[in-house]
Amino acid sequence: MISGAEALIRSLLAEGVDTIFGYPGGAIIPVFDRLYDYKDRLRHILVRHEQGATHAAQGYARVSGRTGVVIVTSGPAATNVITGLSDAMMDSTPLVVITGQVGSELLGSDAFQETDVIGITQPVTKWSYQIRNVEDLRWAVARAFYIASTGRPGPVVLDFAKNAQVAMMEWRGYKKCHFVRTYEPNPVINDADVERVAAMIDKARRPLIISGHGVEIARGEKELLALAEKAQVPVTTTLLGLSTIATDSHMFKGLVGMHGNVAANVAIGECDLLVAVGLRFDDRVTGDPAHFASQAKIVHIDIDSSEFGKIITPDATIHGDAREVLARLVDKVSPARHDEWLGSFDKAWKIETEKVINPELNDKSRINMGCVARKVSEAAGYGAVLVTDVGQNQMLSARYFKYTAPRSIITSGGLGTMGFGLPAAIGAKIGAPDRTVCFFTGDGGIQMTMEELGVILQYGVAVKIILLNNNFLGMVRQWQELFYDRRFSETELVNPNFVMIANSYGIPAEDVETLDELDGAIERMLAHDGAYVLNVNIDPEELVYPMTPAGSPISTILLNKDERYEK
Amino acid sequence: MEYNNKKELFTVTVFSENRVGLLNQISIIFTRRKLNIESLSVSPSSIAGVHKFTITAYADEETISKLVRQIEKRIDVLKSFYYHDDEIVYQEVALYKVPTVELLEEKNLESIIRHHNARILEITREYTVIEKTGHDDETTALFEELKRYDIRQFVRSGRVAVTKSPEEYVTMYIEERARRKEEIERCLKDE
Ligand SMILES: Cc1ncc(C[n+]2csc(CCOP(=O)(O)OP(=O)(O)O)c2C)c(N)n1
Repeated sequence: MISGAEALIRSLLAEGVDTIFGYPGGAIIPVFDRLYDYKDRLRHILVRHEQGATHAAQGYARVSGRTGVVIVTSGPAATNVITGLSDAMMDSTPLVVITGQVGSELLGSDAFQETDVIGITQPVTKWSYQIRNVEDLRWAVARAFYIASTGRPGPVVLDFAKNAQVAMMEWRGYKKCHFVRTYEPNPVINDADVERVAAMIDKARRPLIISGHGVEIARGEKELLALAEKAQVPVTTTLLGLSTIATDSHMFKGLVGMHGNVAANVAIGECDLLVAVGLRFDDRVTGDPAHFASQAKIVHIDIDSSEFGKIITPDATIHGDAREVLARLVDKVSPARHDEWLGSFDKAWKIETEKVINPELNDKSRINMGCVARKVSEAAGYGAVLVTDVGQNQMLSARYFKYTAPRSIITSGGLGTMGFGLPAAIGAKIGAPDRTVCFFTGDGGIQMTMEELGVILQYGVAVKIILLNNNFLGMVRQWQELFYDRRFSETELVNPNFVMIANSYGIPAEDVETLDELDGAIERMLAHDGAYVLNVNIDPEELVYPMTPAGSPISTILLNKDERYEK
Repeated sequence: MEYNNKKELFTVTVFSENRVGLLNQISIIFTRRKLNIESLSVSPSSIAGVHKFTITAYADEETISKLVRQIEKRIDVLKSFYYHDDEIVYQEVALYKVPTVELLEEKNLESIIRHHNARILEITREYTVIEKTGHDDETTALFEELKRYDIRQFVRSGRVAVTKSPEEYVTMYIEERARRKEEIERCLKDE
């Protein structure tokens, strides 16, 4: 006979888990006690705050495609994971989060550190389940991993009552879950739908693909490019889809959305067929949905059929795994040429290069965020991973980083969680130890989860941290500047000495005050074989452009303070 | 998928596994879309182990169709449907508690009850409980009529409904899922 806690550990091992992000406490001590005997096979990363555990698990999951695992205690620990759960739910990230819970005899009595975990987490998880009886344990764990990782991935919570952790059971092996009656993660792709969409692509004269996170989740990057090349369909991406195609690919035409590339957003208005793959038409992508792709027939390809018509009414849909659907389309479409259409992107790119990109990259008077991102990206070379926090640092690093390999951007898209970045970068480095992880953050965001520097200290996680420090909550300041008459209400920060903070965690760090210090600092950062912090002095006046004001048609584009894009 | 955006009372049915916390999951989906649940009833269905929720709400058809897809997306939900009134046979039960003294004087009581197709469930010295099964407008009509006898308590159940369709979609779906399970198990054995 073994305890429920022991059975949990064995179940995790049977699921192939080798890394756990967690934090102990009273209602989960039995599990941590068993963990002590499995140190050789299960690496536990002790975070400094449970929110950090969830974001680290997200970074780990997104870089590797594996399910991130978190173990925390009850009550305040369980409430601390809510932000990470919501973030993972919005950005379709597979997590299994195990929370301790008071013994089932105490449930509902407001016992010490009891909280209604199932009630709180249900709206922000794909599934949550309370294990009150040790006999349910293997079933629940197997189901949790199956649900989290299949179909449209998402977070799952297992609320593990203490009585079930200590109760004894007979082990009798572990069976993975492959079927849930009420849930179908691998819908059979309808041939007629594929034929129909292939015919639409063949017929289109100005077809356009938007590639989203779903393509990355399905590992459909190769098929995406094959389709683009065979049918000559230019590819744009969402923020989370940025690394589904190499930045330097001739088929890549830009990022769509609020701070996307002009050519990409203009093309949405001009295409006659829009093929949206693995995305959910977030309002940051569509702008005013009433004006979105108004000349186009819209094809929506997704594994989650509840997304069809949720925001944008499609003319055709294909329900299924993005990679499989793309592969089938590659077979079905005819080779085509759209030279004129492909060439038509150049004009807008030229304007954006002149008005936005060159000023951002070649400014001699100050250090611009985009310039830092481009330099770091080029110096880091092939396969580097970009992790961002939220705000101007996010938009500018995402825009100017160059993506060379799949799974190279980890950013909080749907929830826009400040504080996501540092723990996510730590998780990403742990999930992909051979890749260079470049983490761009702001002075606001880093202070939301800065305690996780302790994890870097304790485990020697080699994250390159580029702090774009403008002493402001920059993105909010930008809105105040553009839309609130420069009334900078509560956006200025008095900041600590970040170099000293880094140093006190044993992390080498430097201030980068002027442009001529930048290249050398980047070189030293990348040459160092551990974590490193660059605290880069950024002008608070720097704004992110281009910009489509919230709620406007996506083709309404500000190029700078005085100019709008005109066709 | 063109809908008119007229608001009407829809009946939503949800078939689910019998698991704790489902009502909460389903009601949250209504709340997030700012839909008021007009009535709700939960019971076992004709299929062993499968629970059936019958929920009514005023909405336009587009909203309700999206809502149903969000409900179906919840892991433990088997199927969810929405119906216009003409697609279902439905009923509600109402109970009226009136002081017995008030009724003693009433010569027409019997005819009222007969007329409304109601019945008396219980009579004591203090009170009488009348039951009426019917549609919303019918139970309301009886309420209006009994008002003058000083109704002490009135309650109406949530709507219960069955479809008029000859096809039993949930049964078919469950059979389909059972075949899928066999198929998956066969594949696993071959590996
Ligand atoms: C947890 C959280 N709180 C508030 C916000 C709102 N918000 C979005 S961007 C931003 C400013 C971020 O400032 P900073 O981290 O310094 O980055 P910058 O924009 O200057 O690059 C704020 C406050 C948020 N996204 N997340």
